[in-house]
Amino acid sequence: MGAYFSDDTINQSKELTRQWEEEVRRSLAQSHDQKSRWSTVSDQEIKRLYTPEDIKDIDFARDIGVPGEFPFLRGNQPTGYRGRYWTFRMFSGMGSAADTNARWHMLLQNGQTGLSTAFDFPTLMGYDTDSPKARGECGKCGVAIDTLDDFLTLVDKIPLDKVTTSMTINPSASVLWAMYCAAADIKGVPLSKIGGTIQNDMLKEFIAQKTFMCPPEPSVRLISDTIEFGTKYVPKWNTISISGYHIREAGSTAVQELAFTLRDGIEYVEDVIRRKKLDVDEFAPRLSFFFNAHIDFFEEICKMRAARRIWAHVMKERFHAKNPRSWWMRFHTQTAGCSLTAQQPYNNVVRTAIEALAGVLGGTQSLHTNSLDEVLALPTEHAVQIALRTQQIIAEETGVANTIDPLGGSYFIESLTNKMEEEAWKYIEQIDNMGGMISAIDKGFPQMEIADAAYRFQQQLESGEKIMVGVNKYVTDEEQPIPILQIDEKVEKEQLERLKAVKRRRDSRAVKRDLEEIRKACKTGENVMPYCIQAVKDMATLQEVCDVYREVFGEYRDPGLF
Amino acid sequence: MTEKRIRIMVAKPGLDGHDRGARILARAFRDAGYEVIYTGVHQTPEQIAAAAIQEDVDLVGLSCLSGAHGYLFPRVVELLREKGAEDITVIGGGIIPDQDFQKLYDAGIKAIFTPGASLESILEWVGANVKPRD
Repeated sequence: MGAYFSDDTINQSKELTRQWEEEVRRSLAQSHDQKSRWSTVSDQEIKRLYTPEDIKDIDFARDIGVPGEFPFLRGNQPTGYRGRYWTFRMFSGMGSAADTNARWHMLLQNGQTGLSTAFDFPTLMGYDTDSPKARGECGKCGVAIDTLDDFLTLVDKIPLDKVTTSMTINPSASVLWAMYCAAADIKGVPLSKIGGTIQNDMLKEFIAQKTFMCPPEPSVRLISDTIEFGTKYVPKWNTISISGYHIREAGSTAVQELAFTLRDGIEYVEDVIRRKKLDVDEFAPRLSFFFNAHIDFFEEICKMRAARRIWAHVMKERFHAKNPRSWWMRFHTQTAGCSLTAQQPYNNVVRTAIEALAGVLGGTQSLHTNSLDEVLALPTEHAVQIALRTQQIIAEETGVANTIDPLGGSYFIESLTNKMEEEAWKYIEQIDNMGGMISAIDKGFPQMEIADAAYRFQQQLESGEKIMVGVNKYVTDEEQPIPILQIDEKVEKEQLERLKAVKRRRDSRAVKRDLEEIRKACKTGENVMPYCIQAVKDMATLQEVCDVYREVFGEYRDPGLF
Repeated sequence: MTEKRIRIMVAKPGLDGHDRGARILARAFRDAGYEVIYTGVHQTPEQIAAAAIQEDVDLVGLSCLSGAHGYLFPRVVELLREKGAEDITVIGGGIIPDQDFQKLYDAGIKAIFTPGASLESILEWVGANVKPRD
């Protein structure tokens, strides 16, 4: 092990730093800093200056190394972004399946390289449009899908063997994925050729996003079913996207996002090994992750670098994975919705650009950039195009993709990366000691840690300690309204009619039989996926399948902690 | 005799799970000395109206970020009226476009708070406009 710096360098640094500190003291005696405490958006205190002493304990080969090699601090790909840029993947979905299909074709024509689906709340929660619980929600914050019939419209003229599609879907993920598999089959594309991602991460739902259906334990079991099915039959599919994004949006700190997400990942890996008896190297290469890129530029970059290094250690040392692909943490990034402001919304373009840049410097594999109007409604076509162009400008004009991990080796970056990693490990150990993430959730631990952080930030905002431009500083009296997208009320009516028509023309006896098969598999522990695919092909609705889950596994109720 | 404390219910109607704002507000009301009930997410308007009456609250604060406020908020007011509890003040917040405000006011929503509204402004409004019910 070689020292990262020679003794001479460290001594020089100490001497020069001492001189600098004296200079700072002299300067401060004449005029104070603008504020007494400088911290990140996560309230992590930052020093005025970082020097070689802050990273003198680094072992270069062990802790930093090169891209494409353990511990992957500097990236998974030895070629960086030169081989290919990150995937430009804009999350989109609104109104009917036909409306969303049209938006998708517009995005592909504009140079988007992957699709990403936003579903409406009934679809996310496993209800059909004709459920009383769905009243007023149809098509509002995503596309409404009730049956395979809708799904086929959604993917009309999309080449499923060429374009990869991500679906943000959680408690009802098995059913929507079954629809994707069935649609591929109908279009003559073999399952071995389709690629994409289902989010399918329920633990973060209980922790933060609150889109849940059944209790945690059976929820994780259904996820293990999909991971097993993907491992065996859909080898190019990412069957889970273990997500910190929503944890952060709920108000967590960057370290909490990092720690809870990785601990969720550990929980899923353990469950698949225990329940499905798969070898870790059989499925781990298809695990994927999803992080937030918030406004605190350096903190985000360090979070992403730390995430890769922690996961590599987890996979190698905790789970004894041998395939280097299992050590990789591949992740998608989305800029922070919660950093955007309804006030002076054009400023959001600037925020999103800075956040997207952090995602790229953090080495993301895929990126969604928020549109300037997303704090008000689903984005208009014009706003989405600016957001997509933001990525294209970063990729093609700025030169940041020329070299890999350009901030690596910076005293500050390496020091903050180490610090965030250390703090994340503490949380991971704490949750291990609670008996794992499910029992931590039962105790309300991650939920309350996040609630505390969210409340602290809000109070800092109220006191002016933290600033949001246009909200608590640089406020303008007269706001110019911007055009926003409205979802027509007729979307709900038309969707109800389509659903009715499908129910009328399908073979109800076949559906009934299919649902019984799913029920049986739920009870025996057999994989539900093949039965789900059959059921959706026979036009069982999303809710009919999810009702089986609810009946067998029970429903989870929000404990309403605050 | 001490004055009756104002009871506030913070509620999440519909299928939307975004509860950051609702929970922050519940805490802020509690810290300001109010009695607070938080329903948790995924409540139907029927459940909210019934709970508001049963808990004898003076104010219901509805939070919705899914775009379904146009149906859900007026429905809560309507149900409270049907049950003779029209004197419970109902306010709303979340992702609500300006052009929807008037319709919600007309339906009986007394105030609407959108992204960027400070806790201070909300507490101030409640302090000035909500009194204990008889």
